[in-house]
Amino acid sequence: MTVAVASGKGGTGKTTVAVNLALSLEEPVELLDCDVEEPNAHLFLQPRWISTRTVSVPVPQVDERLCTACGACGSACRFHAIVSLKTQPLVFPELCHGCGACVLACPAGAIREVPREVGVVERGRRGEIRFVHGRLKVGEAMSGPLIRAVRSEAGQSPITLIDAPPGTSCPVVAAVRGSDFVLLVTEPTPFGLNDLRLAVEMVRTLGLPFGVVINRSDIGNDAVRRYCASEAVPLLIEIPEDRRVAEAYSRGQAAVTVLPQLRAVFRELYDRLLSVVCSPGQRPVPAGRS
Amino acid sequence: MKIIVSASGEGLEAQVDPRFGRAAGFVLFDTQTREARNIDNRQSLNAAQGAGIQAAEAVSRLGAECLITGHCGPKAYRTLQAAGIRVYTGAAGTVGEAIAALEQGRLALAEAADVQGHW
Repeated sequence: MTVAVASGKGGTGKTTVAVNLALSLEEPVELLDCDVEEPNAHLFLQPRWISTRTVSVPVPQVDERLCTACGACGSACRFHAIVSLKTQPLVFPELCHGCGACVLACPAGAIREVPREVGVVERGRRGEIRFVHGRLKVGEAMSGPLIRAVRSEAGQSPITLIDAPPGTSCPVVAAVRGSDFVLLVTEPTPFGLNDLRLAVEMVRTLGLPFGVVINRSDIGNDAVRRYCASEAVPLLIEIPEDRRVAEAYSRGQAAVTVLPQLRAVFRELYDRLLSVVCSPGQRPVPAGRS
Repeated sequence: MKIIVSASGEGLEAQVDPRFGRAAGFVLFDTQTREARNIDNRQSLNAAQGAGIQAAEAVSRLGAECLITGHCGPKAYRTLQAAGIRVYTGAAGTVGEAIAALEQGRLALAEAADVQGHW
């Protein structure tokens, strides 16, 4: 089963939930940090690194001797990564999604694909937890292919946890698409609620089962809870604010290694999400304010 | 000669839009007929990326020989160069004033992009 941890708003606790959930489960689990622009789960999991591979995107290279400047390549590219104004084409590799449409469109066979490195995938392990993350090259804007490369590493453990990037844009969709469940982590503040609504719209559009985790649940107000109730969104668990968690975080320590009693909270979260996945339409009991 | 000017509104009285790729629109001016035509730029304006390239392609298709705008980024500049369009940056005031300045030789030809992408 694949569970993605996402949120509209950044800094709500996605990585905290993903890492601590991984450390709390008794089953073998793999954790994939798909926030390739700024991966940070490894700081808390502290895996032993095992291997690295580079990830490339195929980009067009034009053979100017064969090119007839017909413009077919430019017409085929919806990303304007190859442009032909009845001239030899201009290639903008950083915009290229590597779809290969220009190669197919070229009647002269003048375009071939060459690899352009966008980042690396690193694999590691901590105890029974298999860990994979991606690191995008600095200055690179195309994170989708690297996220998909990290996702392709899944499947060696019964449970796959995905730490998604924040927001609701293409990288988030690449990270959560095809998962069996999405945990939306939020905080009970107006900002948290605003971005939670966007995230809920996104996962509904993708047709994925999902539930909400309210982190730092005793700050802010009740608006997120009211929203979840009115939208029939399963509220899986609330994690209260605890200074000791923040102190552990500041030292790069996972919360459950400092406060082992929190493992029960994360295991309960897992049980509740299972109950949503396993019996669709049946809402779990909302978590009480503790 | 056709001159295209990035514009925040319509006609010669509109202000020059300092952005090129994400300009609100363009005014295409024919120096022979002295006629001005408004060009929609919504497609580039709303593009997720590559707005400058897309706008440069559109400008090229319209047959413009000169572009007057505020700023021009590297990808747009490269595309305009390939299309053989002369680029004049740093324009301000109304579209009509900018065209007059060009015709009087008071605008300097841009020899490179004057801003980074996504400025």
